[in-house]
Amino acid sequence: MTDPAINVSHVSKQFGETQVLRDISMQVEAGKVSCLIGPSGSGKSTLLRCMAFLEQATSGSIHIEGEPLGFTDGPQRRRQSPAELRRVRSRIGMVFQQFNLWPHMTALGNVAIALRKVRGMSRSDAEDRAMAQLDKVGLKERAHHYPAQLSGGQQQRVAIARALALDPTIMLFDEPTSALDPELTGEVLNVMRQLASEGMTMVVVTHEIGFAASVGNRIAFLDGGRLLFHDTPQAVFAAPREPRLEQFLDTYLDRGASMLK
Amino acid sequence: MSFDFAVILAKLPQILSGLGVTILIWVGGTFAAVVLGFVVATLRRFGGRGIEVILRAPIEILRGTPFLVQIFLLYFGGPYIGLRLDPWLAGLLGISIYGAAYYAEIFRAGFQSVPVGHVEAAECAGLSRNQIITAILLPEMALLVLPPALNMSVILLKETALLSLITVPELTMTVQAIGSQQYAFVESLVILALVYWALVELANWLGRYAERNLSKLSA
Repeated sequence: MTDPAINVSHVSKQFGETQVLRDISMQVEAGKVSCLIGPSGSGKSTLLRCMAFLEQATSGSIHIEGEPLGFTDGPQRRRQSPAELRRVRSRIGMVFQQFNLWPHMTALGNVAIALRKVRGMSRSDAEDRAMAQLDKVGLKERAHHYPAQLSGGQQQRVAIARALALDPTIMLFDEPTSALDPELTGEVLNVMRQLASEGMTMVVVTHEIGFAASVGNRIAFLDGGRLLFHDTPQAVFAAPREPRLEQFLDTYLDRGASMLK
Repeated sequence: MSFDFAVILAKLPQILSGLGVTILIWVGGTFAAVVLGFVVATLRRFGGRGIEVILRAPIEILRGTPFLVQIFLLYFGGPYIGLRLDPWLAGLLGISIYGAAYYAEIFRAGFQSVPVGHVEAAECAGLSRNQIITAILLPEMALLVLPPALNMSVILLKETALLSLITVPELTMTVQAIGSQQYAFVESLVILALVYWALVELANWLGRYAERNLSKLSA
């Protein structure tokens, strides 16, 4: 049996006195999409950020395709060297809520820079490849625009292209549409749908319950730093047995119902 | 009483020489202050806690005392500790050190203004620490600090007038000397004000030109 794409094992995380994640274990199989849902402060973003080692788990371990991320395996938990961390992390593409494009580079520059500086590609090779990625997210015409000249949806699509250009096997999305209005949300979700249909392994922190239900192979529900549920959308949405989950989903139903009045 | 500017303008070559000294000290001092301030800010940002504490005190002292007192201490107090400087060197050094304290603060704020997420995105893209500093942090910071940095250089230009008090043959000293010789004190002051104002406007115009070209980069 092959290793899962992501294996989270007994991860706990403390910020000072606050326990943000409590003994979380979950696996994401290659080619599957897991959506992390839950109320604000439930720890879902922190869990995702741990998967990219942007946050360090206080205890527990995370393996990416069988290799430890951030800390070495073995009895003594030691930090990986920066080079080793970069090597393991190179399989992961990360997309942020605030896009985090670099404002002093064009869309093309944002996508091309790591190809040049990390992959050592020539400028023209890197830009050809970057242009192909921008084309894929429908932004070839905007390649020479700076981030400030792009809409939020376009910026997020550039950010997705930037991550994809480095050939990750796993894509992590941290509330990718939370900073966007509903119209722009659609264009970003479409790109993500396409990516999922191509078999990309994805973990998505989202409040878009509809997207989670239709694209997610698994739904993970977090509350108070605990993983209460990690199951198929059918199991989660059709028959929520967990009272806390039922309550959480009701808030979405309430909003939908109030629109019909 | 009538103004007679002609008696002052007759000494144009001397005025131009004074203007040259002012511009040299201004440009040279600003350049040195930017470099020194940048080094200090970078050390404070990346050099660890100890360096941070050591560098904080001198910056606070330099920002908390009048420039006039600083150059008097440097020029008249220096010899007591064996530091004998030519007036113009003391002036250049004074402007550089005084300016560096302010530029260090401007750059410190600049480093802090770059969103953490921009650095995280660079880490996730696999850039090394040095690549992140040179390709992301520094260029982003340059954009953010341009307006306050230009403003500071204008302040430094005007502070150079105080160097006349330690006998640096710059614009203020030259024009005031001419005014005394020709009994045209007020005229000399009016001309001084006009020349400084013209220099400041020139600097501001350059600044606006640079900002206009960079404005497409900021949201």
